[in-house]
Amino acid sequence: MSLKKLSIVTLAGVAMTLGACATKPKEKIQTVQRPVQSEAPRSTAPPIMETGPMQETQIAPPLMQGPIPGSIQDFVERAGDRVFFGYDQDTLSPQAMQVLRAQASWLQNYPGAVIIIGGHADERGTREYNLALGARRAEAVKSFLVGQSIAPNRMSTVSYGKERPIDGRSTEEAWALNRNGHTAIVSGTNS
Amino acid sequence: MLRILITACLFAAAFVMAVVGHAQISIDITKSEIDPTRIAIPEFIGQGAGASPYNVDIPNVISADLERSGLFEPLDRAAFIETQSTIDYEPTWQSWRVINAEVLVSGRVIEQDEMTITVEYRLWDIYGNRQLDAARLRTPKDNWRRIAHKISDRIYTALTGEAGYFDSRIVYVAEDGPKTQRRKRLSIMDQDGANQVYLVSGSDLVLTPRFHPSEQRIAFLSYETGRPDVFLMDITTGNRERLGRFDGMTTSPQFSPDGDTLLMTRIINGDSDIFSYDLSSRKLTALTRSSGIDTSPSYSPDGRNIVFNSSRGGSRQLYVMSAAGRNVKRISFGSGQYTAPAWSPRGDKIAFTKSEGGRFHIGVMNADGSNEKLLTSSYLDEGPTWSPNGRVLLFSREPRGGQSGIYSVDLTGRNLRRVATLGAASDPAWGPTLK
Repeated sequence: MSLKKLSIVTLAGVAMTLGACATKPKEKIQTVQRPVQSEAPRSTAPPIMETGPMQETQIAPPLMQGPIPGSIQDFVERAGDRVFFGYDQDTLSPQAMQVLRAQASWLQNYPGAVIIIGGHADERGTREYNLALGARRAEAVKSFLVGQSIAPNRMSTVSYGKERPIDGRSTEEAWALNRNGHTAIVSGTNS
Repeated sequence: MLRILITACLFAAAFVMAVVGHAQISIDITKSEIDPTRIAIPEFIGQGAGASPYNVDIPNVISADLERSGLFEPLDRAAFIETQSTIDYEPTWQSWRVINAEVLVSGRVIEQDEMTITVEYRLWDIYGNRQLDAARLRTPKDNWRRIAHKISDRIYTALTGEAGYFDSRIVYVAEDGPKTQRRKRLSIMDQDGANQVYLVSGSDLVLTPRFHPSEQRIAFLSYETGRPDVFLMDITTGNRERLGRFDGMTTSPQFSPDGDTLLMTRIINGDSDIFSYDLSSRKLTALTRSSGIDTSPSYSPDGRNIVFNSSRGGSRQLYVMSAAGRNVKRISFGSGQYTAPAWSPRGDKIAFTKSEGGRFHIGVMNADGSNEKLLTSSYLDEGPTWSPNGRVLLFSREPRGGQSGIYSVDLTGRNLRRVATLGAASDPAWGPTLK
């Protein structure tokens, strides 16, 4: 079913591409002559491409498979599985809330899905403090989802502190990525 | 597996000589600048074919222990003039004075039987013309390093007046693999880095081991159940148990000085608070109830107070409260953020981790928060743990973008050294001196 749906999308894409071509006035394919050798080429002249006669044929749709609706991949692509936090912060940013609303709506579509929310911190803190901070971040995600009418018994939280960075570097960019709440679907998916 | 068959007895001070006008040698380890004591440690005399190689290995380990303390400078054996053929007579004082030795260690290793050695040792004050200490110790041969550490402890005590710490062990977390998929395993080693072994097989993430104050037991955090829980382990048997079945997560274990109670952080609905857990009655008691982060508790050595780290005031600071959770008082008031405190076994100092201006420091302050002093500075220093005598601190250091390791530093800020571990290492916890 999903393959069929995909094909429709792809065909639509091809049709649009063709449509874009069709807006140009039809003209005969012509062969451009090479410039006469004796003529000194102007230094600013654009390169002249030689093309042969063109033939239009339909390209088969790509063999790429999209995520199965209701699968973990579908959740990651359609909702997003991570929200990010400021340094030493556990409050949700507007962008984080947007991701969590998408997560909530996905979870409402698939009421069998059960999740674990992992809280993560960047490396610039002591181990035990970061475990506590990660727990607060996971809880912030959970509370928001509860507020979006997701049943608390579908969710559990765990803190990893600074133990599971997604970016192993010690840079601002890496720290920003490593301060996150990660929503992992553990069961009830259409995998 | 731990064989504590060491028997020690003091020799009668066989040759008590009149002190000839020289003050007794002693080292003041509280000074911030120290001229290391020049100590001569010749190879020990071997008696019996099986005394070798212990008659060489034991003085070598003693020499390394004392050198690492930063208080001693072991002298090059090539410069020694006198070769003692017995340790039961006084050395020729003059032949040690000319090479500027201040103290001399002489010893004898006797092969008792195929399995056992006896080691006798004497410590001489070269300028005081007298024996300072002597002992006889017996042990199975494969336990010979502990004899060396016991002698190191006796020398340290004889010269500083403080308890030694060489016959002790360190539990820590051995690390390997890329940072995004780091494997962490509980490990233990002797204080000098010898005899490193893994304590658990390593499939689950483990963190923050802590030693029992007197026994070979540890508490630590494991993700065995998929989330952080505090576990207990008996090092001698390898038996371990998950501590209770609590709602939420438990982290940050720390034994009471009598070993009967465990402090820990329990996290429920994102809120971290400190609890005490009575190990015999299995009763859990809440000690803090703030909505901020309360974690990293550590008892004072008399068991009456607890220092911990809290964000209740909006920043990370250190607080002290009674063991019952009353009379909470903030003690850190400097700039920066304070975490991971550890109360000294001597009671007067609290070590801590401080972050300020993008750097991390290990520091010490008095128990009332006064007299703060930073001892180290790096991209990431954290988690101090005290030597059993309260004179040396171990901590984790992670250079920016590099592998973490265990370092030691004296209470005075001197003698910063990396502790030898097999690979990357973190979260050291210094155990009690062995019996």
